[in-house]
Amino acid sequence: MIEVQQLTKRYGDLTAVNNVSFSVTSGQILGFLGPNGSGKTTTMRIITGFMPASSGTVKVAGFDIFDESFEARKRIGYLPENPPLYNDMTVAAYLRFVARIKGMAKGDIAAALDRVVNRCGLATVVDRVTGHLSKGFRQRVGLAQAIIHNPQVLVLDEPTVGLDPQQIIEIRSLIKELAGAHTVVLSTHILPEVAQVCEKVVIISAGRVVIEDMIVNLTQGKSLEEVFLQAISQDEPQPSAHHRHEAEVAQ
Amino acid sequence: MRNVFTIVGKELRSYFVSPIAYVVLTGFLLLGGWFFFNLLSRFNLLLSLYMQMQQGGEAANRLNLNDYVVAPLMHNLAIVLVILVPMITMRAYAEEKKGGTYELLLTSPVRTGEIVVGKFLASFLFICIMIGLTGVYPAILMKFGNPETGVIVSGYLGLILLATVFVAVGLLTSSLTENQIIAAVSGLVATLLLYIIGWPAETAGDVLGPLLRYLSVTEHFAEMVRGIINTRSLVYFASLIALALFLTQRSVESLRWR
Repeated sequence: MIEVQQLTKRYGDLTAVNNVSFSVTSGQILGFLGPNGSGKTTTMRIITGFMPASSGTVKVAGFDIFDESFEARKRIGYLPENPPLYNDMTVAAYLRFVARIKGMAKGDIAAALDRVVNRCGLATVVDRVTGHLSKGFRQRVGLAQAIIHNPQVLVLDEPTVGLDPQQIIEIRSLIKELAGAHTVVLSTHILPEVAQVCEKVVIISAGRVVIEDMIVNLTQGKSLEEVFLQAISQDEPQPSAHHRHEAEVAQ
Repeated sequence: MRNVFTIVGKELRSYFVSPIAYVVLTGFLLLGGWFFFNLLSRFNLLLSLYMQMQQGGEAANRLNLNDYVVAPLMHNLAIVLVILVPMITMRAYAEEKKGGTYELLLTSPVRTGEIVVGKFLASFLFICIMIGLTGVYPAILMKFGNPETGVIVSGYLGLILLATVFVAVGLLTSSLTENQIIAAVSGLVATLLLYIIGWPAETAGDVLGPLLRYLSVTEHFAEMVRGIINTRSLVYFASLIALALFLTQRSVESLRWR
């Protein structure tokens, strides 16, 4: 469903994403992990067509994101790190606007709106202005916005960041429900979340893929945390978890 | 086309659900009313002075509402527009970039051209409403006097074209930054420059002089206020608007090749 091949993105001298390749099959939930600044958001922005790669290709549902951008973009729902809300619009007006620019037919919008409002638990806030909503509701409206046009592919950039534990559980189960009908790419820092929600994991570090595997293969006898720290310390000259632990003990 | 209307609708709605539209409209009408009141009082004073003078009737005949009230009113409103329009347009792109909604727009199946045209049309409609509301002043004149309608219409067309140029320029500066203050200030500098660029024309020599005069938005606007609609002026307004829209489209698109 998503084919990322030899993706590279350079900003001047800085290489944010370096020769990244991975694939996600239909209906799968991919956990996309990596330390801050490792190129997760950049990769997701390229997959969604927000910015082009310096080289490499991305295919979404068989369409090249650069050459057949329109067809690909119609099939993607994207929740950026900060939910892209217009703060002066009501939730309903905002979701209707998104449905329209995603190219939905006029007749389908009312039903789609009902569907996402129920699915994301927004019934109590549909007529409120998004600027006045709490962080949890903003995140849910962001998710509703990503799924309103029923896209085949969902790209979610840290969807649970800043939420309280109950909200995290709600959003997580929502994402789990979405799998199957949708293919999901999910970036996060919360490793237990990945263990619970995802089937496959890609870990990138300093712009390169260090691990791409199914979660069952990775966690045999080890926790995902260990796998993660091992993977990123191979690549980086920074102190490993072990050293950091020693330093803390010394203090 | 449908995407254009969707964006126009969203933009216009955001003007009117926030206080922006009401503050701008009130301010514009307040200043317009002040100008109109003062110009009309001055006109009345002159008229009664001339009438008292011997043979003042002839001089009073030369006084007319078009030259003494409508024309200066239009020029005053133009100056207000120089300042207000960049403040109306400053948020168009800058706010989207800052608020993260730019990502939503640019990852949707919408052409950059449609975004640019949609935002332009929305601001254009807004300034039409703004300028249209000042129509009460000439309407009052027509109720109680007899100004020449043709000249007023031509002046209003000029005012709308001038404001449309400012809108296009303001949208361009907004598309270049994510900071609304920078967008407003650079927009103001650009519109002000267009307004004053003709000032040194008289002493600038035979080549540069006419060129500066042609580049000045004031020059073309003043002709239309006098009731002269020139193809030359229409070409000037149209090409400035088209150029600014084209550059805005490039600026939005540039994200894709940076």
